[in-house]
Amino acid sequence: MATDSASLKEPAGSAPAPGTTGVEPLVRFDKVVKRYGDHVVLDELDFTVKRGEHVTLIGPSGSGKTTILRLLMTLEKVSDGVIWVDGSPLSHTRKPDGSLKPAGEKQLRESRKKIGMVFQQFNLFPNMKVLQNITEAPVNVLGMEREEAETRARELLDMVGLAGKVDAHPSQLSGGQQQRVAIARALAMRPEILLLDEVTSALDPELVAGVLELLGDIARNTNITMLCVTHEMNFARDVSEKVLMFDAGRVVESGTPEKIFTDPEHERTREFLNAVL
Amino acid sequence: MSDFFSTLLDEFPQVRAGLWVTVEATVLGSLLALLLSFLLGLMAGSRLLPVRGVSRVVVEFFRGTSLYIQLFWLYYAMPQLTGYELTPLVCGVVAFGLNYGAYGSEIVRGAINSVPRAQYEAAVALNMTPFHRMRKVIMPQAWVQMIPSFTNLLIQLLKATPLLWLISAADLMTAVEHVRSRTGETLVSYLLLLVAYFVLAYALTLLMNLLERTAKRRLGLHPGAGSLLKTRTAESAATAGGTR
Repeated sequence: MATDSASLKEPAGSAPAPGTTGVEPLVRFDKVVKRYGDHVVLDELDFTVKRGEHVTLIGPSGSGKTTILRLLMTLEKVSDGVIWVDGSPLSHTRKPDGSLKPAGEKQLRESRKKIGMVFQQFNLFPNMKVLQNITEAPVNVLGMEREEAETRARELLDMVGLAGKVDAHPSQLSGGQQQRVAIARALAMRPEILLLDEVTSALDPELVAGVLELLGDIARNTNITMLCVTHEMNFARDVSEKVLMFDAGRVVESGTPEKIFTDPEHERTREFLNAVL
Repeated sequence: MSDFFSTLLDEFPQVRAGLWVTVEATVLGSLLALLLSFLLGLMAGSRLLPVRGVSRVVVEFFRGTSLYIQLFWLYYAMPQLTGYELTPLVCGVVAFGLNYGAYGSEIVRGAINSVPRAQYEAAVALNMTPFHRMRKVIMPQAWVQMIPSFTNLLIQLLKATPLLWLISAADLMTAVEHVRSRTGETLVSYLLLLVAYFVLAYALTLLMNLLERTAKRRLGLHPGAGSLLKTRTAESAATAGGTR
């Protein structure tokens, strides 16, 4: 297992972006394997994401895109390999001899500090009003003063265009509104990395544009690193600088959106884009 | 018949005391059962096998042995074993608590499992501790699911309290039985008991319905919650009307 410092500085990603030499990527998958029984979802996956980068993961269903986000959020455990975030192993602890073992809950909580996630089905807490959905974790996890958390939550709600819904229950909101609250909730934890898992897939078509626009604003106005799994190719084109095409648990091709969408090199990418565009 | 009522009047202090014993046994028994339900139900969801194991064994034992026999054990057998005698009421409360707590733990376990996994994942993504996740996210949602089943159990517990008669606990059953044996009015005596337990059970149902409405309201499912909830509003209004 590559744990010495030399290997840390040399990203093993299949597609090191130009100009990254010597800079530790924020996220690095190092021969990550995810298996469910005999079914291999991710097959020695290597890829890196630079700080501040907005990356879209595309590919046919079952290609392992969502699994990547779930591994990063520590909702799943890697079967093999290591995920590095900001130079530290995400779900492993270093033993005194330098080797790695799976991390316990305490270390996982440390790792999660940097990462936030927005889900396909929003997953707002129905037992809390909108404001408390956003303030609950900042107050009880980050230890923020309630007043400060509420001020910040109101700012975020204002930003996502739901200033008037502070006291609403999630069940009173439309899907698009719930997803905006979910985005505000994730941002309230000030993540360095935001994971977006098909965040528009469950929305009515007329609500998609608003959510995408909001995410575009966040991408432009913050330095949050974003990893997006999406079927919205417009979003991939408008917001991300890098597109990773997945198939069968591996990165088939990666590049700028222009390159991938107009001049894909790989046959699988062409087939996939023909099918979805 | 008039003989019955005059005897009943004579015995009124005993009957009233009996009613009080029944209420006490029900309330204290169900509080103990509630406590054990949560304790055993949460233990059943533990990651540690020994903790799960203990919960399983306790639940299976108290669910699988008859409430009668548990009562007799506590009242007649335990003093022989330990030399320590419990009052009939305490025996009843402990037996009801253990027996219905075992059933209740399955309700708690089931309700916790019924909360969508996505809720747990959202709480993990917000970096909540396991305890915080359970207390603020999972349990409030599971609680709403538990109430109707707890209502059933509570009423079953109430209806099991006449067993106290068997260990001479001077409950309502015992008091009315005494009136019956003195007057020979079997029909009226047992009719009175039917009505009395029905009224008690119904009062409990009303209380629990109120509790359920409050819990649902916390999930934003309250009447007048907006057009999105029209059907639910109509539904809960109908229930409220029927039980008021």
